[in-house]
Amino acid sequence: MKREVVVIGGGPAGLAAAIEAAGLGARVLVIDANARAGGQLFKQIHKFFGSGAHRAGTRGIDIGTALLEEAEKLQVEIWLDSVVVGIFDNKELAIEVGQDSENKEVRMVRAEKLIVACGASENVVRFQGWTLPGVMGAGAAQTMINVNRVLPGKRVLMIGSGNVGLIVSYQLMQAGADVVALVEAAPKIGGYAVHASKITRAGVPIYTRHTVLRAIGKERVEGAIIAEVDERWQPVPGTEKYFEVDAIAIAAGLKPLAEMTMMAGCEMYFDPVQGGWVPIHDRNMESTCPGIYVAGDITGIEEANTALEEGRLAGVAIAEKLGRISPAAAETTKAEIWERLGGLRFGPHGEARMLAKERQIHCFEKRVR
Amino acid sequence: MCLRVEDHVVLGKPEECNVVTITVDGKELQAKEGEPILAALVANGIMINRYTVKRNEPRGLFCGIGQCTDCAMVVNGKPNVRTCVTQVKAGMVIETQRGVGKGGEER
Repeated sequence: MKREVVVIGGGPAGLAAAIEAAGLGARVLVIDANARAGGQLFKQIHKFFGSGAHRAGTRGIDIGTALLEEAEKLQVEIWLDSVVVGIFDNKELAIEVGQDSENKEVRMVRAEKLIVACGASENVVRFQGWTLPGVMGAGAAQTMINVNRVLPGKRVLMIGSGNVGLIVSYQLMQAGADVVALVEAAPKIGGYAVHASKITRAGVPIYTRHTVLRAIGKERVEGAIIAEVDERWQPVPGTEKYFEVDAIAIAAGLKPLAEMTMMAGCEMYFDPVQGGWVPIHDRNMESTCPGIYVAGDITGIEEANTALEEGRLAGVAIAEKLGRISPAAAETTKAEIWERLGGLRFGPHGEARMLAKERQIHCFEKRVR
Repeated sequence: MCLRVEDHVVLGKPEECNVVTITVDGKELQAKEGEPILAALVANGIMINRYTVKRNEPRGLFCGIGQCTDCAMVVNGKPNVRTCVTQVKAGMVIETQRGVGKGGEER
């Protein structure tokens, strides 16, 4: 079968792209691997940062609900429990539809324009005992408490003090767990001071220049040992501390899920600021494969707000290519989006990402020329 | 053991839903219809989903969103079902997976 616009991934980037393109008259299909679209928005129960233009002060879950309502109103077709397992020539996709416990079927769909917005996966930290049940991604813990409403542990050690580590620690406490400590290998806390203050006010110690040495337990986590690290990140003997915990959550950053674009033959490049290998793209979010667009975390790890804007950008650019909006009108909309993106990639936490995005686009322009 | 988050400062009370019975390793458990199988197990204090092929080591919840496959179990006789993205239905029979699943060890 054929579809005019196909979006892989119904998170903030994919839904925003779908809404933008559908709002301008394109016929859009969104393919999502989960039982519900919205990506990771539904576990983000905190209020977002940024200015009013970015819906700051709004909780992630409410943004997710609004996006789904808008998509429905615009008659965006959404396939749930659907996993793209292959991309072939001419933007033809093989999609496995159905849950693991049922009989799945494979459908082939040819897209006139394709948007890849698969998001990211959590990085891990390897230490002795890291595979024990009870050691999990911080995002996994967040899904359990906020979406599934169950506690994956009652006493938790958090590894990593970026915004995810800080926010999930606070949310674990909101859900009724004890967070015994946060461990950060760097000399300074990684995330925003406002989030860190909430944690310390609640009495949770944050151990900078520390790492986790091992998880203790036979069949599941029963405790954890941490230690101080020196300037070369090596544990200092004699500084070990033991905590009795039943869960260890790891918040060590994210990695773009860019495999789909690699499979499609999009040119990639490596940038540690972006979280690893990412597809290069132009100012319309189009990759080096004509007609394949990218948006959100797969183009570099940022926040949900940035993913929304990148999705909108791709949506407008596609509507323009399909002749649903005049080039002049598209230019205006795109300029507004770029201005908002500039606002999000600003300040001490945003500037490095702004420079990385410029490098990525420059890399595209150099290759194409 | 109750590990459910019943009353939440931001989210309030969970949505009403049907409580159904599932069987886990021969034991009957209460679960919410439509929740991920893994959530029902965690709520009942079950943290081990499978044992690995080579070293027979326990594995459980790790990514929670269908990416890592650590939570794979045997569901209604079918092995390698990712319990974090598969929803509970009344009467499901769930077993801890050994190796690659039923019969797999002898291969």
